[in-house]
Amino acid sequence: MQHPTKRASFLDDLIELLSSMRFAISLLTVLAIASVIGTVVLQNQPANAYLNQFGQFWDPVFSRIGLYAVYNSGWFIAILAFLVLSTTLCIIRQFTPMLREIRGFRERAREASLRNFSHRASLEPTLPPEERSAAAIAYLTGEGFRFRVDEREGSTLIAAKRGSLGRFGYLLAHSAIVLICLGGLLDSNLPLALQMRLFGKTAVSGNMTFADVPASARLGPGNWSFRGNVYIPEGKISGYSVINVDEGVLLQPLPFTVELKRFHVDHYETGMPKRYASEVVITDNESGEVFERTLEVNKPFEHRGITLYQSGFDDGGSLLRFTVHGMTAGEHPAFPLNTEVGATIPLASSGGHTLEITGFRPINVENLSAPGSSGPPSTSFLGSGARAAGNNLRNLGPLYSYILRDPAGQAREYNNYMQPVQIAGHWYLISGVRTSRTDDVSWLRIPLDDDGSADAWFSIHQSFFVPERQVALIERFISHNPDKDERKSLKTVAGHVLTLFTKGGLEAIENFTVTNVPEDKRDEADMAFIQVLQSLTWEAWMMSREAAGKSVMEPDEINAPYLRDAFFALTASLRYGAPFYLQLTNFEQRQASVLQATRSPGKPLVYFGSLLLVLGVFAMLYIRERRLFVLFKKDEALVAMSSNRKTIDLNETFIRHCDGLAAALGASASQG
Amino acid sequence: METASSRPVAPAAHTHWLTRLNAGDWLFAIAIIFGAGAAYSRYGQMMDTYEDAILFLHVPILIGLGWAWRPFRLFAAAVAALSLTSIWFYQGDLARAEQVFFLKYLISSQTAVSWMSVFFFTATGAYWIGLASRSDSAGRIGCAMTWIAAVMGTTGLFVRWYESYLLGPDIGHIPVSNLYEVFVFFSLITALLYLFYEGRYNTRKLGAFVLPVISAAVIFLLWYSFTRDAYQIQPLVPALQSYWMKIHVPANFIGYGGFAIAAMIGIAYLLVSRGRLASRLPELHVLEDVMYKAIAIGFAFFTIATILGALWAAEAWGSYWQWDPKETWALIVWINYAAWLHMRLTRNLRGAMLAWWAVVGLFVTTFAFVGVNMFLSGLHSYGSL
Repeated sequence: MQHPTKRASFLDDLIELLSSMRFAISLLTVLAIASVIGTVVLQNQPANAYLNQFGQFWDPVFSRIGLYAVYNSGWFIAILAFLVLSTTLCIIRQFTPMLREIRGFRERAREASLRNFSHRASLEPTLPPEERSAAAIAYLTGEGFRFRVDEREGSTLIAAKRGSLGRFGYLLAHSAIVLICLGGLLDSNLPLALQMRLFGKTAVSGNMTFADVPASARLGPGNWSFRGNVYIPEGKISGYSVINVDEGVLLQPLPFTVELKRFHVDHYETGMPKRYASEVVITDNESGEVFERTLEVNKPFEHRGITLYQSGFDDGGSLLRFTVHGMTAGEHPAFPLNTEVGATIPLASSGGHTLEITGFRPINVENLSAPGSSGPPSTSFLGSGARAAGNNLRNLGPLYSYILRDPAGQAREYNNYMQPVQIAGHWYLISGVRTSRTDDVSWLRIPLDDDGSADAWFSIHQSFFVPERQVALIERFISHNPDKDERKSLKTVAGHVLTLFTKGGLEAIENFTVTNVPEDKRDEADMAFIQVLQSLTWEAWMMSREAAGKSVMEPDEINAPYLRDAFFALTASLRYGAPFYLQLTNFEQRQASVLQATRSPGKPLVYFGSLLLVLGVFAMLYIRERRLFVLFKKDEALVAMSSNRKTIDLNETFIRHCDGLAAALGASASQG
Repeated sequence: METASSRPVAPAAHTHWLTRLNAGDWLFAIAIIFGAGAAYSRYGQMMDTYEDAILFLHVPILIGLGWAWRPFRLFAAAVAALSLTSIWFYQGDLARAEQVFFLKYLISSQTAVSWMSVFFFTATGAYWIGLASRSDSAGRIGCAMTWIAAVMGTTGLFVRWYESYLLGPDIGHIPVSNLYEVFVFFSLITALLYLFYEGRYNTRKLGAFVLPVISAAVIFLLWYSFTRDAYQIQPLVPALQSYWMKIHVPANFIGYGGFAIAAMIGIAYLLVSRGRLASRLPELHVLEDVMYKAIAIGFAFFTIATILGALWAAEAWGSYWQWDPKETWALIVWINYAAWLHMRLTRNLRGAMLAWWAVVGLFVTTFAFVGVNMFLSGLHSYGSL
């Protein structure tokens, strides 16, 4: 006999708990904390990035509890579900009493209870009794009150109120939360996760054409909630949107095809991007309808419930022409190489390296002001905000990236600028190299000769590193010395220094002096060796100039910087790690646009919810419910007022209405 | 009757509100309508539908503000006069900012913002002196300084808007697009909100608490300008080229301003509730009420701002919500104040607990405002440090 009641009371308790404010506030707190996690831990990164960050022990733990995709994790969605449940129960429970409040006037209020109101006053009307009610009613309606009159024995009660709509605000705002959460759920990852679970869809990875993607990785054309990317090179057509899941992809066929005519990037004078625009032709699969549109950021296009956004851009396989300058021992004349972005080229000639051309960007605006340079003098803070920048934005021109894999599989990433870059008044060809994305980039800066070409440096480099040319270099170096014996010893020293340097750079020379020269002579020896190297650099430069039919110079202040830079570049080239320098000579850009295709069924729900939320919040906070009671007794008019919000203006309002009523009733206000 | 009236009430209060308007009110309304009409007839052909709508909605909003809050009329008139003078001095030539005395030292955008900074600091000092010496005149000076600062700041922003168009018609945009501009905006909005409450509650004692938070914002602004050249007008990246920006950002800063005021009043409340400065500050129930009002208006506008942000995100990024750090922190701020309002309105919680909560809320808000840009990366990186 006890069980049913027990169960019923348990259910009641549960509903009571779920719809309680305390529970709702706790949920909000948990939700806030959970959200913080998702902003601190970068979401949806590649798995190995997390492994590096958190280590072998914590990575699987964090992965299991969903910290890497907090907002799609089961527990997070469960919190939201509980929030929806709690809010819904709260609305249901409050609905009837609230409706009663909104409708009712409390015209049955007893005199005793009115006398207990904190806001009350007793007036002594001078108006004849039969005119009092009408006068009060006239005042109240003029102030926007609605009212009920209750005639009772020996007295009349006018129960008036205004601002009951404020209570609707509660219903609006709380229903809004439910709507927004539900709408958000429809647009979340959940529908996709369900389809993968129910229909056995699995993501595929690796390079394959759309045609090769198996049916298990294709979503149905009727899929009503998705968000994916459409990658289209210029002049190509795509009818698929690609959804990234679990480090693989799912293919979402679209009910139309998109052809990219052209992709533009416009720039401001400062080089900042101004406009990304894709000229597309959208052709409906069924009706054959054709739409020619220009998609831009903030200007999407919608067709068949799918919205297309300009989301990004990429290289669409630009054609690149390179000159390859050999940088290893052995004679390598520079040779041309024609390829395109995205290509992978096995290089048999350079010991089994593989070259992957990974990217090309024709315009690169960089801030070239020295880091930490002091700000402008303080007076320049006055005036307009439109003056020339203290920073030094410059378009460095085309940048191309490639990855070079040595036969052992070790990859190095290179980023080279096509055009020379001016740094501190001198011009350089610039190439950055790093072994992994987390490493710092080390730069190779190749100085340009007075003809604006880097060829001289490559020739110097060969004189240093190609054995046959080393001989000629050393011969030239010693030829300036008239003494035969000294020439001989100089030849030995130069040969030795050159061998050390080309094997291990300045470090090798330092190691040599550490092991072979007494400590007190080391600095002297180091200096002497470096002087030899610099002289060799100079001679190699002059050799290259002679070979190119240019004038031979005398060392002076004007050509000193080139000499210094050429030597630095020789040192840096030892760490460059590539058997060649890839110099871009010509290109034909082909761009690709990345559009986002989205079908979000929850959007109308969320937007409607948002509207309700704004109305609700304003109604709750700014429509103040006021109940005003005027009880007429024989010689007294008792005025009492209540509100669901106890703020200071209630006092003011009460005083105002008392004065108003007193004036209407011909009474002087007296304290009650 | 237990309640005490804080000020006398006009006996004719129950007359229709339209009859309470005076000549100044009507003049103000006519000036606003005329101004909007002039702007429309001159620049209407360059405006799109949204800009038309924004312009026309401004007319009733500004008139309403001026009618409901009379000092605003003078403020608007001063800002309009100074901005127009500045534009007139410019004569379409940016170089004149360096040549014309009035522009260089008074009302070019940067100079006006510098003056704003100076006046906010002086106002802070004046309010402090007023608090320390119980001097009403110091409070009045503080109030005047705050008004002047707000006028200069607003003028600065309007002139900056104009200057941005002088840089190039494609560069021109409303100055709420980067951290520098929104900090000026934040200072202004907070000051104006505070001045509104100062008038409404008829007390100048709270300036000593509210102005420091504005001064802190100004110090940040100056540091940011000097070290990062942040004051330069930059053109808009494609994602920001949207009419949503014109309403999303200002709405947000009404929110932040309200929360900042509430936190500072919260500090005053905590001091008074411990008996400190109790004789120099308003009573607890007044502080409590101001705190509630500030959070209420902040919350209402923050709700609008977040929704506008979602609408904009849907258009620019293709999704109205994608748990970007800025979005997420906006949600956290929203949840925080939603909980605060629930406790206050439904539970009728009062006292030190709510005051502490409002103070902590400012830290959460500040993190959402500045911290996210400093420490977290995401789509919303326009104001990156």
